[in-house]
Amino acid sequence: MIQGMAMTETAYSVQKLRKIYGEGEAAVHALRGVDLDIPKGEFVVLLGPSGSGKSTLLNILGGLDRGTDGDVRFMQHDLAAMSDAELTRYRRDHVGFVFQFYNLMPSLTARENVELVTEIASDPMDPDEALDLVGLDHRSDHFPAQMSGGEQQRVAIARAIAKRPTVLFCDEPTGALDSTTGRAVLRVLKDVNERLGSTVLVVTHAASQAAMADRVVHFADGDVREVIVNETKSTPDEIEW
Amino acid sequence: MSPLTRKLFRDLWRIKAQAVAIAMVIAMGVLMQVMMTGLVTSLDETRQAYYDRYRLADIFAYVTRAPEPIVADLRQIPGVAQVETRIMGSALVDVPGVDAPLQAQAVSLPDFGDPRLNDLYLTDGRKLDGTRPDEILLLKGFGDAHGLQVGDTLAATMNGARRTFDIVGLVQSPEFLYTIAPGEFVSDDSRFAVIWAARSTLAAAYDLDGAFNEALMSITRGTDPAAVMDAADRILDRYGGRGAYGVADLISNRFITEEIGGLSRTSGSVPLVFLAVAAFLLNIVITRMVQSEREEIGLMKAFGYSNWQVGGHYFELILTIAAGGALLGCVLGIAAGRGMVDLYLNYFKFPFLVFRLDPSAFVIGVTASILSASAGGLFVLRKVFALSPAVAMRPAAPPDYSRSGRFGAAAARFMDQPTRMVLRRFTRQPFRMGGSVVGIAAGLALSTAMSSLLANFEYMVDVSFNAIDRSDVTVTFTHPLERRTLFELERIPGVIEVEPVRDVAAILGRGVKTYRGGISGLGVDSRLYRALDANERPVFMRSDGIILSTGLASILGASAGDILTVDVREGRQPVVDLPVVAVSQSLVGAPAYMEIEALNRALGEPLRVSGAYLRIDADQSSQIYNALKDRPNVAGVSLKSDARDALVKLVDEGPGNMRYVMALIAGIITFGVVYNAARIAQAERSRDLASLRVIGFTKAEVGFVLLGEIGIVTLLALPLGSGLGYLLTFVVAAAFSTELYQILPIVNPANYGTAILIVIVASALSAWLVKRDIDRTELVLALKTRE
Ligand SMILES: Nc1ncnc2c1ncn2[C@@H]1O[C@H](COP(=O)(O)OP(=O)(O)OP(=O)(O)O)[C@@H](O)[C@H]1O
Ligand SMILES: [Mg+2]
Repeated sequence: MIQGMAMTETAYSVQKLRKIYGEGEAAVHALRGVDLDIPKGEFVVLLGPSGSGKSTLLNILGGLDRGTDGDVRFMQHDLAAMSDAELTRYRRDHVGFVFQFYNLMPSLTARENVELVTEIASDPMDPDEALDLVGLDHRSDHFPAQMSGGEQQRVAIARAIAKRPTVLFCDEPTGALDSTTGRAVLRVLKDVNERLGSTVLVVTHAASQAAMADRVVHFADGDVREVIVNETKSTPDEIEW
Repeated sequence: MSPLTRKLFRDLWRIKAQAVAIAMVIAMGVLMQVMMTGLVTSLDETRQAYYDRYRLADIFAYVTRAPEPIVADLRQIPGVAQVETRIMGSALVDVPGVDAPLQAQAVSLPDFGDPRLNDLYLTDGRKLDGTRPDEILLLKGFGDAHGLQVGDTLAATMNGARRTFDIVGLVQSPEFLYTIAPGEFVSDDSRFAVIWAARSTLAAAYDLDGAFNEALMSITRGTDPAAVMDAADRILDRYGGRGAYGVADLISNRFITEEIGGLSRTSGSVPLVFLAVAAFLLNIVITRMVQSEREEIGLMKAFGYSNWQVGGHYFELILTIAAGGALLGCVLGIAAGRGMVDLYLNYFKFPFLVFRLDPSAFVIGVTASILSASAGGLFVLRKVFALSPAVAMRPAAPPDYSRSGRFGAAAARFMDQPTRMVLRRFTRQPFRMGGSVVGIAAGLALSTAMSSLLANFEYMVDVSFNAIDRSDVTVTFTHPLERRTLFELERIPGVIEVEPVRDVAAILGRGVKTYRGGISGLGVDSRLYRALDANERPVFMRSDGIILSTGLASILGASAGDILTVDVREGRQPVVDLPVVAVSQSLVGAPAYMEIEALNRALGEPLRVSGAYLRIDADQSSQIYNALKDRPNVAGVSLKSDARDALVKLVDEGPGNMRYVMALIAGIITFGVVYNAARIAQAERSRDLASLRVIGFTKAEVGFVLLGEIGIVTLLALPLGSGLGYLLTFVVAAAFSTELYQILPIVNPANYGTAILIVIVASALSAWLVKRDIDRTELVLALKTRE
């Protein structure tokens, strides 16, 4: 596992990354030549209007998808050059995901959903500990269908952090949450970032959350518009909801 | 337990109804396999054990009359283990309450001690006492048919002399498992008797003192029976030997061999058809299930599960269902096999039962299901491998209905929204819908073929007794008589029409293929008994050659123009070469025909008849039977109505039951297929349907969307299934045809009707089950999770 807070090392280095869905007239240019560096161990917030390509970028960084062209490196490793099997390894060993649409396994309970990940991870937390971190230890035997949207989202977060990931991608992790639980979730993410040293990438529509980031990336129309480095960060509790 | 294993079990539970339906279909295929091979093995081994235990001879040789000391010569033949001689004679027996005299065969037993060969199994009473000439043993089947018991008497006419015997015992014999009266082709217990009497009794009755007319021989292991038969023929030739034959040609054994052979052929083909349908079904269901779980698959991949791990998970699901079905099939197969074996044993009158299950049946059945399931699994793996994990990040992309846009616009004015939803699914997902259509069509095809099989037996009976044989009574003489004897029959009051027949026993051969049967000589334009072609038009008798039945033609591999060697096994036993001039349709047996006088000429016995077909006035039947019974030289009188009943009984009570088992299985499979198609449709649309309900559609309207789809799929399947059924009918007909009866691939509207009815009922029932489910679904749950 990668420990420490060496801010100088780069986790991801992206150059001229493009992603085109479909062909010909129907082609959608989701990413139009993105250049971006994400230092290791940082807490990064990605802001941008709907349809601007945030999820697409996350997919590619997380090894779920490949760019059409351009260069994506994770700690000097060329993700584009990796085979499917190598990408699988990469995801298994380094990446934690919280998806925009929770994506829990409907046929597994909360704890089992977490176990799904801890079972194949090399140094995972105890599934109950992960659920405890998101305040759901008492719901661990419930099925997704028996939980509210916010609870499902928290299970998804527990599932993502339980493997102690090197990088943690969160696609709108607080979208369905009220201020109290939302802050609790942000605390957990910050905790993972600080205690485990994980690089955390959070996509959000709530601009206020940018205040707690090391770095804020503004996205629009498939490209990076602006990158702001925060000199001082607020704590989750100071965030306006 | 790992989370994936738990997911496996929960998924199984979730799709339990469907899983059970698929497993049932697989189970039915395996059931057939296990049951039929088990039957074949059990019957085969029971027969062998019975033959061994009761010392059935290996070689039989009839002579006219041979002095007893010849036995010593027979014993000298190398390879002969045992020799027994006996006296056989034909007889007529009178049974109280039966007008027509019944044919019987009298068989001698040694005056003292058990026979060295062809022993009997005594079921009631005691053995013969050699000192009492009036005692007989009676074949149990005949006794049971007429309520004759130990202590009763039986009057028999032997060689023209009538006498009364005491029945002291009822027996079963490995030699007469299947009894058949001369001139008939269907076994009937009640119409042919076998009686055993002391050697001295029969020697007196048939004038064979110090002589025998049949020799039985057993041979040592490894001896070539053909060589022994040749040697025996050389010895017996001058005593009127009719040619020794092996146990394989023993009538009773031949019929059983045919039955077992037919069963064995059926077991080699029909279960495979059933399994193929099951495999196909499994493929459709699992492929669709993977499609509906693409999100989960992407998710697992996103977490770092490898393609093989994810694929393996679905593979396990498939194998669990397949293995469950196969296991169930084995268990049911054993039960069904046991039931059927009992039935067959009764039918063949084996005194005991060797129930043996062929382990290879399990292996083949289970392997075939696992393999076919795995073939489906390969598709699944391919799909799993191809799925990009990125799809897990987004909810399943709504199916792209844009392609159906033009169609929608054109039709929009005439259709409401639900109708459009139904129709667009077909234009948008033609392959999925096609899968369901083909699946149901396969079920329909199975049902069509099976229902055609059921109808075929009725057709066979109808043609045999209404078109081929149009007589009322068949008279068989003890030996060929001069043709003018028929005038005497014509003079019996009530006899309307008499036609001659000359039946000759012969071995027909072409090259190395031979068939021990006979040739029937008929008048050129015989009306009471005819040969028919495939269109049921009469085939006229010809003087220049033989007309072969389709059954015989296929046994000999002969067709019109070929020359057959006819080795006549009676009279002066000439061997003649005769050309095949035509082939006629036969449904029962393997007959051959020729113009009667041409046949007589070939035999060197002009103007002879061996029997006659009679048309009579039904009101005077009883007097006619009595008149016939009193005539000398009449060996047998058989009524067509009896023969017809016997055939109907044969196909209904005996192995014919298999048809119903198969039809039932086909029905179950058809239902399984249709139900699955309906379930899949429901699973794939549950979210859509719930959404419709939420925006205000009524239950009925929502039901229409789903049931309309099932209805259209069913409608499309009907023509396709009928076509497939037509083809399958040929396969099944070929598999079921035996030497005893040919099954024609008859496909008439009624068969289609039955099969289509089965499918429609299955559809309606499935639709009802599914609709009930939709009505019960909690909207919120349906929207929240995928089914
Ligand atoms: N599989 C796909 N096929 C075609 N177009 C796609 C596909 N996935 C995404 N797109 C398009 O790519 C663009 C970027 O999509 P993306 O999901 O990355 O946006 P986003 O920034 O995450 O938006 P949101 O905030 O609404 O989640 C959109 O215009 C979308 O329509
Ligand atoms: Mg998004």
